[in-house]
Amino acid sequence: MGMVTKSSTSRKIFNVFNYGFFLMFTFICVYPLWYVLSYAISNPQLAAQEGVTFLPIGFTLSNFQQVFTLDGLFNSLLISILRTVIGTSGTVLCCMWLGYVFTKDRMPGRTILYRFLIITMYISGGMIPTFLVYRAYGLLDNFWVYILPYLVSPYYVILIKTFIEQLPASMEESAMLDGAGSLTIYFRIILPLSMPIVATIAVFAGVGQWNQWFDNHIYTFNTKSLTTMQYMLYNYLSEAQRLADELAAARGMDAIARMQQSLTPRTVRMTVTMITVLPVLAIYPFFQRYIVKGIMVGAIKG
Amino acid sequence: MTLPFMVLILLMNYVPIGGWILSVFDYRAGLSLFQCEFVGLKYFKMIFTDRNIPKVLTNTLVFSAIYFAITWLPMAFAILLNEVQHTRFRKLVQTVSTVPHFISWIIVYSLAFALFSTDGVLNLFIYKLGGSERATNILANPDIVYTVQTAIAQWKSLGWSSIIYIAAISSIDQEQYESAVIDGAGRFRCAWHITLPSILPTYVVLLLINISGILNTGYEQYFLFKNSVTAPKIEVLDLYVYRMGLQLADYSYATAVGVTKSVISITMLFLANYIARKIRGSAII
Repeated sequence: MGMVTKSSTSRKIFNVFNYGFFLMFTFICVYPLWYVLSYAISNPQLAAQEGVTFLPIGFTLSNFQQVFTLDGLFNSLLISILRTVIGTSGTVLCCMWLGYVFTKDRMPGRTILYRFLIITMYISGGMIPTFLVYRAYGLLDNFWVYILPYLVSPYYVILIKTFIEQLPASMEESAMLDGAGSLTIYFRIILPLSMPIVATIAVFAGVGQWNQWFDNHIYTFNTKSLTTMQYMLYNYLSEAQRLADELAAARGMDAIARMQQSLTPRTVRMTVTMITVLPVLAIYPFFQRYIVKGIMVGAIKG
Repeated sequence: MTLPFMVLILLMNYVPIGGWILSVFDYRAGLSLFQCEFVGLKYFKMIFTDRNIPKVLTNTLVFSAIYFAITWLPMAFAILLNEVQHTRFRKLVQTVSTVPHFISWIIVYSLAFALFSTDGVLNLFIYKLGGSERATNILANPDIVYTVQTAIAQWKSLGWSSIIYIAAISSIDQEQYESAVIDGAGRFRCAWHITLPSILPTYVVLLLINISGILNTGYEQYFLFKNSVTAPKIEVLDLYVYRMGLQLADYSYATAVGVTKSVISITMLFLANYIARKIRGSAII
């Protein structure tokens, strides 16, 4: 009896600490985003005077409307959406096809070509040679530098190949007996059955495209019209003063901005941060189950 | 049908590897390789006399050492989370702690800036609680660069890294626990004698893979959090290559540093693979 009491007491103490730790960790994960959201929906002047802590002060949504009057912001949102849509569909299409052909034993030179692909996971040219080579290709200040380097990813091909390999082979065999070619089998049988892995890859590639900014920084920083949302935010973060000037200038011209709720640089940073992170947060609950599934397929293989 | 893809891989991945040859030429922008002077190992020798290298190498190794010293954190996170019996809370923690992984480094930087800069919310709290009048900025404190950057990196990756262990734990045969409980084992002993040994192999494999990346700390985080105060401690090899190559246009030397780094990494990867084959009978790559 004594033993049981002792162990249940220590159990209780452990539980208090354990739940306490996870509560704290959850708070640390949520609070920064919550704070930025609160600031972005606060009245800029009130927020600057009193400081936001947990709740918005003087609730307003006009900040979101107003930041789009900033030079180039709307265009950068468009570029981010474009690269995400084109890049993601391109990556999914290319990797799906490659993942499929690499499951075919009769494919000529399969082992060598597969190795040719996988090696790129471990060796890369590195930043400088890649930069110089892409420059020689004319990819500098070119939209396609956001797309082409990401089209074929060995990691995604492995995931897809592993997924297709565990599909029942009987359907494909009977289709082949009926005289269907590889392309027909691919589009009629493999692709429809592979939707779970397509969703997984689309999520990974999509978030990757949306979040990517370093290529903008080294390949396209000279071309304003190619600035992505992420890089726009980076510019606002690193040039707080220039932003303040731009806002002051806009205030001089713009009738709406002359109203009391004119933006502060801090409100702009917070609002643009929110706009940049919102798409990921908004689709996160829907894609969460796919990512867990996705990395498990990879983990089993790796 | 597969050929176009292979050409794409060749152009985007293999031609840049061929670009390593720049490291033995005196490459100048605007010239073709044939017009440049062949200088042999000059730039590789320069690495050893470059007075910046000891500093950036130290930073790289310190960040990596700290990283390796705490690689058990995701495993501990998973084991502790498994002890949370309230299913909905457990799921909530798992969901919320994974979110930072999907946030770009720019956003992380922006959040850190909002929280910790001199006009950030941390100082607001300190001020409201009647703390010191002088604002603190932990992002511009050279004494705690390693700690702060590690904490930020963990904030971003801990939940995500633990997923693989959470999945490994959920695949453990429940009968093992049941029979252990019958034998009088408490939850702590179950965790120590059943859960931990079951997920340890996963840990070892991931550790071996990561060891080869000891010099590859990446550059995004360090690039963004670098400022005039933190610069001496935050500049890692990857960032140094960026600075020498793209900011100072010293292409050949930056390539030589990059090539050296790659060769060391690949050698270590093969070594890790060899060790893995010896101790567990199967390769990791």
